[in-house]
Amino acid sequence: MIHSLFLINHLGDIFLEKHWKSVISRSVCDYFFEAREKAVDPENVPPVLQTPHHYLISIYRGKLFFLSVIQTEVPPLFVIEFLHRVADTFQDYFGECSESVITDNLVIVYELLEEMLDNGFPLATESNVLKEMIRPPNILRSVVNTLTGGSNVGETLPQGQLSNIPWRRAGVKYANNEAYFDVTEEIDAIVDKSGTTVSAEIQGVIEACVKLSGMPDLTMSFMNPRLLDDVSFHPCVRFRRWESERVLSFIPPDGNFTLMTYHISSQNLVAIPVYVKQSINFFEAGSCGRLDITIGPKQTMGKTVEDLKVTIHMPKAVLNANLTATQGNYTYDCTTKMLVWDIGKLNPQKLPNLRGSLSMQTGVPNPEENPSLNIDLKIQQLAISGLKVSRLDMYGEKYKPFKGVKYVTKAGKFQVRT
Amino acid sequence: MQEWANQLCENRQFGSKMTDSKYFTTTKKGEIFELKAELNSDKKEKKKEAVKKVIASMTVGKDVSALFPDVVNCMQTDNLELKKLVYLYLMNYAKSQPDMAIMAVNTFVKDCEDPNPLIRALAVRTMGCIRVDKITEYLCEPLRKCLKDEDPYVRKTAAVCVAKLHDINAQLVEDQGFLDTLKDLISDSNPMVVANAVAALSEIAESHPNSNLMDLNPQTINKLLTALNECTEWGQIFILDCLANYTPRDDRESQSICERVTPRLSHANSAVVLSAVKVLMKFMEMLPKDLDYYGTLLKKLAPPLVTLLSAEPELQYVALRNINLIVQRRPEILKHEMKVFFVKYNDPIYVKLEKLDIMIRLASQANIAQVLAELKEYATEVDVDFVRKAVRAIGRCAIKVEQSAERCVSTLLDLIQTKVNYVVQEAIVVIKDIFRKYPNKYESVIATLCENLDSLDEPEARAAMIWIVGEYAERIDNADELLESFLEGFHDESTQVQLQLLTAIVKLFLKKPTETQELVQQVLSLATQDSDNPDLRDRGYIYWRLLSTDPVAAKEVVLAEKPLISEETDLIEPTLLEELICHIGTLASVYHKPPSAFVEGSRGVQHKRLPGSTESGESESPDTTSAAAVSDAPPAVIPSQGDLLGDLLNLDLTPPTTTGPPPPASSGMQMGAMDLLGGGLDSLLGGDLGGSPAIGAGFGAPPAAMPASFSAPVSGGLDDLFDLGGGVGMPMGAYSAPKTVWLPAMKAKGLEISGTFARRSGVIQMEMTLTNKAMSVMTDFAIQFNRNSFGLAPAGPLQVLTPLNPNQSIEVTLPLNTVGPVMKMEPLNNLQVAVKNNIDVFYFSCQYPISMLFVEDGKMERQVFLATWKDIPNDNEAQFQIKDCHLSSDAASNKLQGSNIFTIAKRTVDGQDMLYQSMKLTNGIWVLAEMRVQAGNPVYTVSLKCRAAEVSQWVFQSYEAVLKN
Repeated sequence: MIHSLFLINHLGDIFLEKHWKSVISRSVCDYFFEAREKAVDPENVPPVLQTPHHYLISIYRGKLFFLSVIQTEVPPLFVIEFLHRVADTFQDYFGECSESVITDNLVIVYELLEEMLDNGFPLATESNVLKEMIRPPNILRSVVNTLTGGSNVGETLPQGQLSNIPWRRAGVKYANNEAYFDVTEEIDAIVDKSGTTVSAEIQGVIEACVKLSGMPDLTMSFMNPRLLDDVSFHPCVRFRRWESERVLSFIPPDGNFTLMTYHISSQNLVAIPVYVKQSINFFEAGSCGRLDITIGPKQTMGKTVEDLKVTIHMPKAVLNANLTATQGNYTYDCTTKMLVWDIGKLNPQKLPNLRGSLSMQTGVPNPEENPSLNIDLKIQQLAISGLKVSRLDMYGEKYKPFKGVKYVTKAGKFQVRT
Repeated sequence: MQEWANQLCENRQFGSKMTDSKYFTTTKKGEIFELKAELNSDKKEKKKEAVKKVIASMTVGKDVSALFPDVVNCMQTDNLELKKLVYLYLMNYAKSQPDMAIMAVNTFVKDCEDPNPLIRALAVRTMGCIRVDKITEYLCEPLRKCLKDEDPYVRKTAAVCVAKLHDINAQLVEDQGFLDTLKDLISDSNPMVVANAVAALSEIAESHPNSNLMDLNPQTINKLLTALNECTEWGQIFILDCLANYTPRDDRESQSICERVTPRLSHANSAVVLSAVKVLMKFMEMLPKDLDYYGTLLKKLAPPLVTLLSAEPELQYVALRNINLIVQRRPEILKHEMKVFFVKYNDPIYVKLEKLDIMIRLASQANIAQVLAELKEYATEVDVDFVRKAVRAIGRCAIKVEQSAERCVSTLLDLIQTKVNYVVQEAIVVIKDIFRKYPNKYESVIATLCENLDSLDEPEARAAMIWIVGEYAERIDNADELLESFLEGFHDESTQVQLQLLTAIVKLFLKKPTETQELVQQVLSLATQDSDNPDLRDRGYIYWRLLSTDPVAAKEVVLAEKPLISEETDLIEPTLLEELICHIGTLASVYHKPPSAFVEGSRGVQHKRLPGSTESGESESPDTTSAAAVSDAPPAVIPSQGDLLGDLLNLDLTPPTTTGPPPPASSGMQMGAMDLLGGGLDSLLGGDLGGSPAIGAGFGAPPAAMPASFSAPVSGGLDDLFDLGGGVGMPMGAYSAPKTVWLPAMKAKGLEISGTFARRSGVIQMEMTLTNKAMSVMTDFAIQFNRNSFGLAPAGPLQVLTPLNPNQSIEVTLPLNTVGPVMKMEPLNNLQVAVKNNIDVFYFSCQYPISMLFVEDGKMERQVFLATWKDIPNDNEAQFQIKDCHLSSDAASNKLQGSNIFTIAKRTVDGQDMLYQSMKLTNGIWVLAEMRVQAGNPVYTVSLKCRAAEVSQWVFQSYEAVLKN
């Protein structure tokens, strides 16, 4: 099971260590630093490393490495999932997951880690349960605590811990009862230089913010549940009801949570909201290049495309860019070689265009690789797969809650090759 | 004094900030002093703040153990937060202050009786983390109570505590009957308790593989499946992993388990999903293929696997490594999902490489066009490793999907035109393979390849190019010039290139004898006279002799038709694949190695097998072992004209038809070389070579593996020159015992076998004398081993080529490997052998000296040695004495080194030499030793430490045997 955890910042300093069994010397991290050095970019460090006596499993989140040490055979996914959960919990408690907030809240962090794992076995990882045992910091409480000598550790056993619904705390009360759901779809696509779609898929997620008193039992049904054949649910969702009736039936956790994620594979026809006409050429002779990009709407279902942005990672040899954009602004960072064109709203009548010349380093052979374009965009009030919630019902409680569903489509890893 | 006062002020300043970083003050003495005062303060709040400061310092790795008594004094409190903080501190430092830790025991015991279940659980949980023997004694009674506590939260915490205690003192746990209580908890009414009991039992079982703790039967399985639906995600993982160890009685039970596990595939936690996939992949084996449910299940497996690929990159990586196994076992699951493996340019490199691997595995005629277009795209990426792999992948596609070969070749040619150095080199390497798969089809591209000759600087690419030139010498006008250009720097080339060049020039000579005589003379003398490399010399001599004796035969041998290379070269061997499928989701699945191969000693000797899979395994997976042997071997001299070759060599080498498949290239070569010497070397000596002294010296070094037939009578006056077969070749070699009779003639219808074991040049050998004491001729010998402790297995067939006549004996050497099935034997080094001949099958058992399992890289680094020595518990230390040994410590160390017992360090204390030694067994178990030698005292003392203590006794025997012989 998980033996120890080290938190390492981007400079390679270990700023926190926690051992759940015997203490393991920090020197074990040297193997990790070696791999880190070799990988050049922090993103490329292999997540599972073998050392003579231990295994090191790490994740990279928010410019921090969460490095766990294990000694026996443990499923690596289990460890990685747990590490992400630790990072999520920090995020949840402190609003961000960075070295400064962690060192500012060391004692709470330490208490949390102790509560999340016992002898390497996960103990309590649900944010609802954790918050009952260890209260998140806030300025008001710390003032009150210093005045009254109160503590930020719960004195009683959280109710949820052992019930059949460990995710929900008991005795929830709200003056305004409300339940909001955000359906967010991200398009992951690869489009080749001729404009044909090589692959396209949709990652969808339904995030919920539920603030309902008591023990509400909710049922959500869809207009077209047949779209969903590859789904993962929050543990609260009753799987059998889904299997037989294709409705989501659940007693929700209190507060924010991810109700379900779904995946619509490239075997379905995935609509691509924009098309890109581009040409990027490098000329050997004049040590310069030309760039010309136009973007236009394709399948937008009548909605407006917003927050449109194109990012291009240029080859090393490109020194500078001298371009004109008919809409939005562009920046070129000559150290990271990132060309970013921030377009904003897409106007179908007047298509945005970016063109001009690239100055190249002289005496260097033409770059072999063609840069790929990364597209960001957002379409409000549309789930591009066509998914729609038809109704949301509540049982088990008498009051009438406010309900709402919001849809948004974004570009995920949307790449256009050149 | 002044400084101290400053210090105080500074601390105050820090203290005024509102965050925990205020707890970081300097490490100077003043801090500890001040904390001490605060800890002993009367004010509760001040105390708590002080403990927080202590914890904060501890968290960043500062040593605050000096405050132990003061912190423990704060333990008696009603304030839960303070109590928790003190407990945190205790867990960290109790080990270094065991006597002080005793002070805490009373509070623990009292807390275990507290009415608040949270406090009871906290106490039992903390006690288990204090790894001090004296405390564990006091833990037993509270733990027993907590295991039966009315509150499930306490019970579930207590279950984990049993695992902790077992880790500290296994004997105590067994004596106190905690294991049985833990097993009872599997039937607990609360699913969390069940999950934790399973987790604890699994962990205990892992450190004691033979303890048979988890005896799974249909009743317990049913309980586990019920708990599965209700426990937390982590509990589900433990339960699923436990389920995977169960073997259902029949296909109906198998199906019903699968049905109850499939809902887990929709879980948000990817570890749950993968563990569920493991259970399904395993139990699916038992379902009949024509069952409707089987097809449904196959369909259900694809979406969750695809979904794993949209998770964080670290998760993707582990998922991809596992998918790689799954598509090898059941390609049908993901055959329509090719697109999800397409690489995005911002994927981390470790994800890119894995995706590429899977793309090739899924490539088929249906999707090859798409795959090729992608691969071509990747070949222009930035990352060199990835580009190389992409180019190689194109070659693999050509070999795998015949219809695509032409497109692949033209894609490769396009890539060669880019003139990017490493792309060109990779392309040439794969084109060579394509030639071998489709001979006489794509030779038109040779001209283009030749244009790039100068840019090749990597050995593999050079060797590939030379092979192509040699193989197609007749179609390349200037082949001789090309090869000659390589010859100039012959000695600077790597062996791979040298061997290839030698063969290529011989081929050229046989094809165009008139113009190239000089060239071939030159290369042969370079190879045989100026080279120190035995492989190269051997091959040189063979060619020399072949050419000088019978050029026609040489042509038949060297230009013989080569076997086609097979489709896929890097498939995992089927039995290993089966084992790995049982380990889906574990580290083994990430490394693609069986757990026994890399998890340190003492555990993991159990090999898992898929249920009822023998017949399906054979019918589905292509035979890969032979493919692997042939794939990348250099163009081999395969004796297709065996009898002719035999004549040539004056030896009655039986035609290869009776030996079954042609021997792998390298060993065939060596056998040839040695046989050659037996034959007409005198003519060579007298003739072309003019008595060059290089030959004698050249054969001074023993070849890597000595084939059995070498001990056959060697002709003429060369005996004395080449009698190294008798044992001179191993001057400081490993000790091997004299042969003993293993199988007496009366028990085996006249066949007597005596033998011994030896390790020569890293190869374990079983040396046997077979004697026919019966009246009739014996033929058709074969040998097989039962499963044994170290997985010993014959590395090849038993080479008894000639019939064994009555009253005749034959010496046979059987090379062994250690990749066979493993089963612990009693005694540990027992080996059960079955020998078959035309008369019957006979069984005997023998014991092998453990020293032959000591591998050559068993020399541990000093630092590692020290750490490991400390790391291994003292219980595992065994001490032995060796009497009547009169060697000096250096002589002993030399002698031991011959048997791969390496002396790492030597220390002399009061005239007594202490030698620190290490050795490593073939299965990766390390044995560390300390040997004490007193000058003039014939009694040595050897202390052995090993994680698997049971081997010590046998290691000691080896010491004794080696030192006394």
